Amino acid sequence: MQQAAIELVGVNKWFDDFQVLTDIDLTVAPGEKIVVCGPSGSGKSTMVRCINRLERHQSGTIRIDGVELVGDGRDVRGALAEIGMVFQQFNLFPHLTVLENLMLGPVKVRGKKRAEAEAIARRYLDRVHIPEQADKYPGQLSGGQQQRVAIARSLCMEPRIMLFDEPTSALDPEMISEVLDVMVELAGGGMTMIVVTHEMGFARKVADRMIFMDRGRIVEDSPPGPFFSAPASDRCRDFLDRILQH
Amino acid sequence: MYRLITAAGLLLLLSGCSSSANWGWYVIDPGTERGWINIRFLLSGFTNTILLSVIAAVLSMALGLMVALPGLSPSRGWRWVNRIYVEFIRSIPLLPMLFWVFYGLPVVLKSVGIKVSIDPFWGAIITLALADSAFTAEIYRAGIESIAKGQREAAQTIGLNRHQTMRYVILPQAIRRILPPLANQFIYIVKMSAFASVIGMQELTRRANELVVTEYRPLELYSFLILEYLVLVLVISQGVRWLERRMKVNER
Repeated sequence: MQQAAIELVGVNKWFDDFQVLTDIDLTVAPGEKIVVCGPSGSGKSTMVRCINRLERHQSGTIRIDGVELVGDGRDVRGALAEIGMVFQQFNLFPHLTVLENLMLGPVKVRGKKRAEAEAIARRYLDRVHIPEQADKYPGQLSGGQQQRVAIARSLCMEPRIMLFDEPTSALDPEMISEVLDVMVELAGGGMTMIVVTHEMGFARKVADRMIFMDRGRIVEDSPPGPFFSAPASDRCRDFLDRILQH
Repeated sequence: MYRLITAAGLLLLLSGCSSSANWGWYVIDPGTERGWINIRFLLSGFTNTILLSVIAAVLSMALGLMVALPGLSPSRGWRWVNRIYVEFIRSIPLLPMLFWVFYGLPVVLKSVGIKVSIDPFWGAIITLALADSAFTAEIYRAGIESIAKGQREAAQTIGLNRHQTMRYVILPQAIRRILPPLANQFIYIVKMSAFASVIGMQELTRRANELVVTEYRPLELYSFLILEYLVLVLVISQGVRWLERRMKVNER
């Protein structure tokens, strides 16, 4: 069998006494696109953040390309380097220009020459359709542009896995599609993706599998067809009814 | 409102000068030879007040940073080192600390084999820097902690290590929030430097004190002294304002 890109087995996590993740099992094949939805507080973000170790899980196993995330060894750092992340709040570096935001990783982490890093940065700015914004500061851009810069910043590290934590939730409605378009293009290029979002149109378009989470558990894990037409659990059905109402 | 208070204060001062024998501004009347000599004597304290303050402030900034860094460590032990230092140092009133450094520290140093005498100049500087470092340490810590968690996380996800994150992401942003309060803190050092007069340092306050002893005109001389500090602090606070404006422009 092919090596899984991401594998979670029996993962549990608590914030103090509150259990945020309960017995999470999830296997993601290379190139697979997973869309995760669920009510707020259901543990979606926490699960994603455990995968790139912004949070530490307390029991169970997480493997990236077969490497288990324990300790701070070289192999763990290598595995994490394959993961890019896009945040709800963009988290661009406000004191650096767009180009500098993109070049920081390649220069400081990958040890690339500035000219080479700039070429990479400009290539990915093209990919997210804002090459003309290279010399501006993040504060001068719209939310949609900032989020596309954030996507480009992750791509500059040439990851094989991209995690998106509600990438359009902080955006004005008219800017959501420009970000989703970029993500759809990215999906077409064979990237392994986990996307936490409530944009169900996007989900139908790109998801190989839909995950529904509630109270720290994965309640539903199925292809988009059956997921939308005949969800197995009542909770998932209720949730979809509510967000698809409008 | 401010104008009203200033006007009332000036009126009080002027009426006092003109009407009553209780005032004796002649001691600092630049029109007379004696007054002029006195003024020059008083003003000559500026050099040491400024020297003390500037050197102490620079040392305090360096020391404060060294104290702040363990306070930001994920290790509880290092954070304790920071807490103990800050709580201990800032609970000591300046005057006792000054006495301890000036009279006590040489004894301690001698007992471990270091023979140095501490003159009033360095005694005052060490004390001021030490006392102020607890506050500058807190300014650094607050400034660095004020940078949103998301910045650190974003840096982590593109692979920067802790040191690189601090150097390229956190500090460049934090410095804009740290510099204005740090400059503000300089005003406190200037005012605290008056305590150096007690151990014989010839700065503004000492000069005024010495003149009071010979001229018996405390009201006029201390009024002049207060004006000297007022001018000094106003100049610095203009500088702070300018710095704050500059930092704001750069913030995007």
